[in-house]
Order: sequence, then structure tokens, then C-alpha cells
Amino acid sequence: MTTSPIQKVADHTPHGVARKIRGLSDRAIAWIFVAPTIFLLLAVNIFPLIWTIRLSFTNFRVNRPNKDVEWVGLRNYERILNDPDIWNTMQATAHFLIWTIILQVLIGFTLAYLINKKFKGNDLWTTIIVFPMMLSPAVVGNFWTFLYQPQIGLFNYVVTFFTGGDPADFSMIGDVRLAPWAIVIADTWMWTPFVMLICLAGLRSIPDSIYEAAECDRASKWRQFWTITIPMALPFLMLAVLFRGIENFKMFDLVVQLTGGGPGNTTTLTSIDLKREAFEKWRTGYSSAYAVILFVTVFGLASIYVKALNKVKER
Amino acid sequence: MSFSVTEPTNGTKWFAGILVVAYAVITIIPLLWIIATGLKSPADSISYPPVVVFEPTLEGYVNLFTDRTRATEDMLEEAGPPQTWYEEIARERGTIISGPSRYGERFLNSVIIGFGSTALCMILGTAAAYAFSRFRVPLKDDLLFFILSTRMMPPIAVAIPIFLMFRNLGLNDTHLGMILLYTAVNLSLSVWLLKGFIDEIPIEYEEAALIDGYTRFQAFYKVVLPQAATGIASTAIFCLIFAWNEYAFAVLLTSGTAQTAPPFIPNIIGVNGKDWPAVAAGATIFLVPVMVFTVLLRKHLLRGITFGAVRK
Repeated sequence: MTTSPIQKVADHTPHGVARKIRGLSDRAIAWIFVAPTIFLLLAVNIFPLIWTIRLSFTNFRVNRPNKDVEWVGLRNYERILNDPDIWNTMQATAHFLIWTIILQVLIGFTLAYLINKKFKGNDLWTTIIVFPMMLSPAVVGNFWTFLYQPQIGLFNYVVTFFTGGDPADFSMIGDVRLAPWAIVIADTWMWTPFVMLICLAGLRSIPDSIYEAAECDRASKWRQFWTITIPMALPFLMLAVLFRGIENFKMFDLVVQLTGGGPGNTTTLTSIDLKREAFEKWRTGYSSAYAVILFVTVFGLASIYVKALNKVKER
Repeated sequence: MSFSVTEPTNGTKWFAGILVVAYAVITIIPLLWIIATGLKSPADSISYPPVVVFEPTLEGYVNLFTDRTRATEDMLEEAGPPQTWYEEIARERGTIISGPSRYGERFLNSVIIGFGSTALCMILGTAAAYAFSRFRVPLKDDLLFFILSTRMMPPIAVAIPIFLMFRNLGLNDTHLGMILLYTAVNLSLSVWLLKGFIDEIPIEYEEAALIDGYTRFQAFYKVVLPQAATGIASTAIFCLIFAWNEYAFAVLLTSGTAQTAPPFIPNIIGVNGKDWPAVAAGATIFLVPVMVFTVLLRKHLLRGITFGAVRK
């Protein structure tokens, strides 16, 4: 084996010096490691965001690129905030948000509480319950339209099996009164396991010794539940609500496949409305302003909520 | 058996068990229904009352992977007797297979974009997570929060300028464009999760390696990477599942060449309107791999879905 001159020099260099030559300083490595990530996020997230804010003050339309772009100031924002249709959309979103969170918290917490009783095989059943959450919402949402078919759909069949009546009499996604509930049911089916998993972690984090002490003090099970279980699991529950709240505020895939926003505008959630404005009516400037309003709403609500969450944790 | 005041009684366990099993059975029915519908004939799939016991057929799968035309007498004579089992199934319905459908391509696109973005995301994410975990990065907390906050934006809201940007760069409807986009979407998850996993590896191992004359890079890939392997693997599966399931960007930014399966499956239409067995067959092939991964991931599931905020 021949040794190169460089190798010879390297072999005679003292260790400390060699390390300086061969290795970069920690600071340089830190930058080399972090920079690509930050760069990509700036390019794909922040740059578009700034562009959105800029477009929101113009009357630009993607489908008419040659038309002069006019600076319209705050007019887009004014029009959105004065548009009654937007408030209908917000109401539909609020209905969806509130009911999915209530149902998912109730069912999810109950399931976690029961699973925490450590019956035999609880791991297996937990995994089965978790399946819906991991699947593609668009593909699953599309299949729910099949389950919701009047007459032939499994959902209608099962409901009328228990309540009596004709499964062809009602259409979950065709009826103005039922459609908002159709999306709540599908979302609850899909995301309850998420709340359940977080609650389960919360319940498991409570040390047995606290319950043992409560037993010694002869606190009833009912009292233990309200004074130990609920307060100790509350931060976890609130975290689950935060995640579900942000996710469902952004909700698009499941609902757009399930109802497409209809019938009428009864299930037109903000993301679906925004998609129509931006990619069907091509009102780019207007929809950019709409997007900015949504950001501000999400960030505002989320940061107020996080403050509340931190207060609960401190107690 | 140990006796403790906090151990639930057998009665309680039975009661809890029965309720949870009941919920699990109800919640799994829609998924089993998808798999079953994929094996039904079109007539069975829309029968009333819904049939549970039926004669399974691969017609749905044949319809999923092929394009067919209604055959006239002349065409049937010209084509001769069916050569393969799938041609036979098509013939029974009075149709002739005219070629493969686009499902294969769309599925392959999902695989390419899913694995491509996951690989890129893991390379960038591991490096960044290591730096955040081990070095004093200026503005560390702000940068970490910034990375997380990119996840809060509704995809549709950033889609407008991304659409414009991609059009200018020629990235619309390309694999590369979708890989870069999904990488950016998943980076927040991978950085946060991996930072958690790397934080758990004692720093003493690396210090020992550095004293032995390893460079930082060597210490990183000879000491840290092997120890973080489980964490990296489960993070990768999470990124893969999210990229696999993504719909909003896919439907807005792809239409032909790079379209993935989620926007495609709902639009599968048969000769007589919506072909539910074919849709269900497509969904089954698409969903079952994720179920398998979920079983593999079950220990790290909670961590993944909460961005590492909750660890068991």
C-alpha cells in the first residue's frame, strides 16, 4: 500500500491541530445543518405568504395575466368583511368546529377512560380504533358519500333498522338540515381516536399514589374523578382541542369530497369557499385578502388559547 | 395476583372492555365495507338491503386497472375469444378492454412523490434537528416556533402564490415540484419529532467519540444516527403517510403527469355512471398499506400526531 504525501503529512500532524483542519467549527456545522431547512421553508411558506399579503391589496386575476394590476388598497378587505355570504360560511365553519370538538372530546375521553381500565387486549383494540385517523381523508370522505346514499347506503340502512322508516326517505348529504351533521359524523368517526390517544397519555401520566392517598382519605370514586382525574388530564384534553381546532379550521379534503360544500352553501367551510374564489372564480386579489383574514384568525385564536393552556398547566 | 386499591375490579374491566370492543367494531365497519365493496359485482354493491354475504368477484379490480368500451357484435367477433381471466370478466359485461387505466400511473406517482419527499425530508430534518438539539443556534426558540407555525396555515391559502410561483418556475404538475412542496410541508413535523428523539440520546456518547479523535460529522453519523434509528424510522413513516394522504395541494397543483392517487380515486367512473366496486378497489389498494404502517408505528403514534408534544 502506497501512502500519499498528504497522508504522511496528516499522520505527523498533532491531534488537536488535525481536528481543527479536518472538522469545521461547531458554529459552521450548525449553520450548514439548519440552513437548507430554513431556506426551503422560507421559499415554500414565507415567500408565498408575503406574496399573498401583497396580492391582497390588488385586483390581480390569474386568468387575466395581461390586464394591468391595480393597487386597490383595503377594498378587498372591506368587501370581504361586508359580505353576508362570508358570514354564512363562518357560521357553517363554527357549527362544524364546535360540534366535532364536543363529540370528539366526549367520546374520545370516555374511550380513553375505559381503555385505561387495562382490560385484557386493550392494546389490540386501541390499534383498531386508531385506523380511521391515519387514512387519506379525501379517499375515505369520498367513500362516505356511498355509505350516505339514500336506499342503498349502509348508514341509512342501519339508522332505519333501529328507528324504523324507509331508508330512501332521507339523504344525509342531499338535505339542507342533515348535511351539516353528515360532515360532523364523518369527521368524528375519523378523528375521535386522535383525542382518545392524547387523553390516554394524560390519564396514564397520573401517578397511582395520588389515587391511593385519596382512597386513604376515603374520597368517593366520583369525587376522585372530579378532583383528580379531570384536573390532571385537563392540559392534555386542551392540547387535543387545540390540535383539532386548528386542523378543522383548515378542513378541506374530507368535506370537499363528502358534500363539495353543498347542498346550497350549507357545508361550505372557509377553505372550500376560499378554493372557489381562488381557483374557480379566479379572483386572486380578493381571495388573497380572504386568506390573510383566515391566517390572522387562526393565529389570533390559537395564541389566546395557548395562553389559557399555559395557565392551566401552571396550576 | 397483586392487590391494590387502584387496580380496577374484574367487573369494571369487563364492562370497559365490552364498551371499547363495541366501539372498535362499529368504527371498523366502514373500512371493512370498503374492502367488501371492492370484491362485489356492481349489482351487489348497490342492492337493497345491503348484502353482507355475496359471491366475491375481481370485477372491481379489473375495472380499476382497465379502460373498457361497450362491445358491438362485430368487435366481439374481430377480437376472438378472451385470452386472459380479466378479459373474460370484461366480456361477461359485454365490454372489451381497450387498454390500461390511469390508476397504475397515479399510484406510481403517489409512491414516487411519497418516498421522494420523505427521503429529502429526513435528510434535511435530521440535520436540522441535530443542530437544534446539540448546538447553540442563534434565535433557536424563534426558529423552532417558526418551523412549527408553517403547519398552521390552511393549504388553500398558500396554494395561490405557490401555484403562481410553480407556474413561473415550470414546476406545475411535475414530480420535482410536488416532492419539494411535500418536503416543506412535512419538515416541521420531522424537525420537531427528530429533535425529541435526538434529545433523548445522552450527549456523553458523542463527547467520548470526539475525545477519541472523531470529527463532528463522524460523531454524527457513527454515533448519533445509529442510536436515533428507531426514531428516524418512525418519523419517516409519519412523513410518508402524510405525503401519501395529502389531497389539497395535489388537486390544485397537479392534473396530469404528477397527479397522485387521492384526487384520482374519487373520479373513477364506470360505463354506467359511478363504479363503486372500482372506487372501493382503488381505495383498498391505497389504504391497506397505511393500515400496515399504523400497526408498525403504534408505539410512536402519539408522539407523531402531536409533533412530539406528548410522549408516552
